[in-house]
Amino acid sequence: MSHAPALEVSQLRVVRQHHEILKSLTFEVAAGTLVGLLGPSGSGKSTLMRSLLGVQTITSGTALALGERAGSPSLRRRLGYMAQGSAVYLDLTVRENLSYFSGILGLDPSQVDHVLDVVNLRTFADRLVASLSGGERSRVSLAVAILGAPALLILDEPTVGLDPVLRQDLWNTFTQLARDGATVLVSSHVMDEAARCSRLLLLREGQLLFDDTPTKLLERTGSSGYDDAFVRLIKGAQ
Amino acid sequence: MNLRRTLLTTRRIMQQIRHDPRTIALLLAVPSALVGLLAWSLVNRPGNFDALGPRLLPIFPLIVMFLVTSVTTLRERTSGTLERLLTMPLAKAEFILGYAGAFAIVAILQSALVSTLSYTLFGLSHQGIPWRNSAVALCAGLLGTAFGLALSALATTEFQAVQFMPAFILPQLLLCGLLVPLAQLPTILRYIANVLPMTAAVHAITPQQSTTYYLEQFAVMVGYIVGALIVGSTTLRRRTR
Repeated sequence: MSHAPALEVSQLRVVRQHHEILKSLTFEVAAGTLVGLLGPSGSGKSTLMRSLLGVQTITSGTALALGERAGSPSLRRRLGYMAQGSAVYLDLTVRENLSYFSGILGLDPSQVDHVLDVVNLRTFADRLVASLSGGERSRVSLAVAILGAPALLILDEPTVGLDPVLRQDLWNTFTQLARDGATVLVSSHVMDEAARCSRLLLLREGQLLFDDTPTKLLERTGSSGYDDAFVRLIKGAQ
Repeated sequence: MNLRRTLLTTRRIMQQIRHDPRTIALLLAVPSALVGLLAWSLVNRPGNFDALGPRLLPIFPLIVMFLVTSVTTLRERTSGTLERLLTMPLAKAEFILGYAGAFAIVAILQSALVSTLSYTLFGLSHQGIPWRNSAVALCAGLLGTAFGLALSALATTEFQAVQFMPAFILPQLLLCGLLVPLAQLPTILRYIANVLPMTAAVHAITPQQSTTYYLEQFAVMVGYIVGALIVGSTTLRRRTR
């Protein structure tokens, strides 16, 4: 495994319609890390993720993913993305969705069955996505993101609106993917999910409020829970 | 440009259509029923259906493909599937041509059914050559698809996308020579009418013209198709502000 950072962000600024969404962010993430990107809604999490994907125009600063400028064409096979909202075709079956996206990525058809097993959707393979529940749709979307075992996974609020059992399952999957060597960046506004990460980035109003391990967050704020730690951190910053 | 990814996209769109039997029925039955209704309404006026019927053939694929394409591509834009595809190694041209391929197939099926019913059940006796009529219907379908792709970028909701249909189709319908012969239009309108894609489609159906005349009409249609597809591909952005 390479020891170059999987993500290198330096003085990243994004201004959209005269609003400064990201205010000079700088951080690095080592390969194979499970990173939690936490923060209230509107704090700039999605914009940061979209900047790293290369679909968001950057105002100034740099964003490198896997050593290359975000959005460069060679990254398009090495990166998996799960947006908010399922971003799959509702009028196709689960398998047809996966076959199409894996074909676009130029992957072996066996990849489809592999990812169906990872997200535990084998029995739903021939169902139309429109007939699935919200949680099942999220798993279809995750399955598309992990096609071809990308080195970098960017998952925008993958657990939002899901029941606790399913959230647990998904976080187990993320942990396993990171253990297998992928760098996984997961955003969430559920602070308790912080405990599952090996690294935390707390974003508030476009600025990094905290960048360290979950244990350090509890130590530094003297809190017993993550919700409380986050509130104390924000109060402290004001 | 990669043919495999283009064909995969065409196949995916055909799969989507296949899962929607009601849309298939509407795509195929509505134009046929309308031509049948026209034939029936003109049954006491011999010769009128022979004159009007063929010229209506290109109008259905134009309208239907415009609507279907603008709504489906808008759905790709709003559902996030387009953004996801553009983070993958899919070229914009492959996406656009994948759509053109899928709806060309639908346009061919639609016009084949309408023509067959017209020449048999509805009693059309037109001197035109069936293959040329089919080629016109195919071009008309592609025109609808190409303009639907381009104009869907201007719509933010499906409701808006549907509203573009009358704005795009009705002026062309008024000026294409079906209601008023081109020679009787005011000078300015005649000039405009002569360069509109629907006028070219209707002209290309007119029987007993010279080969050059037909080639000109097809050139106009193909020019519009290519132009609108290029405009459509510029509306697909990998990066947004």
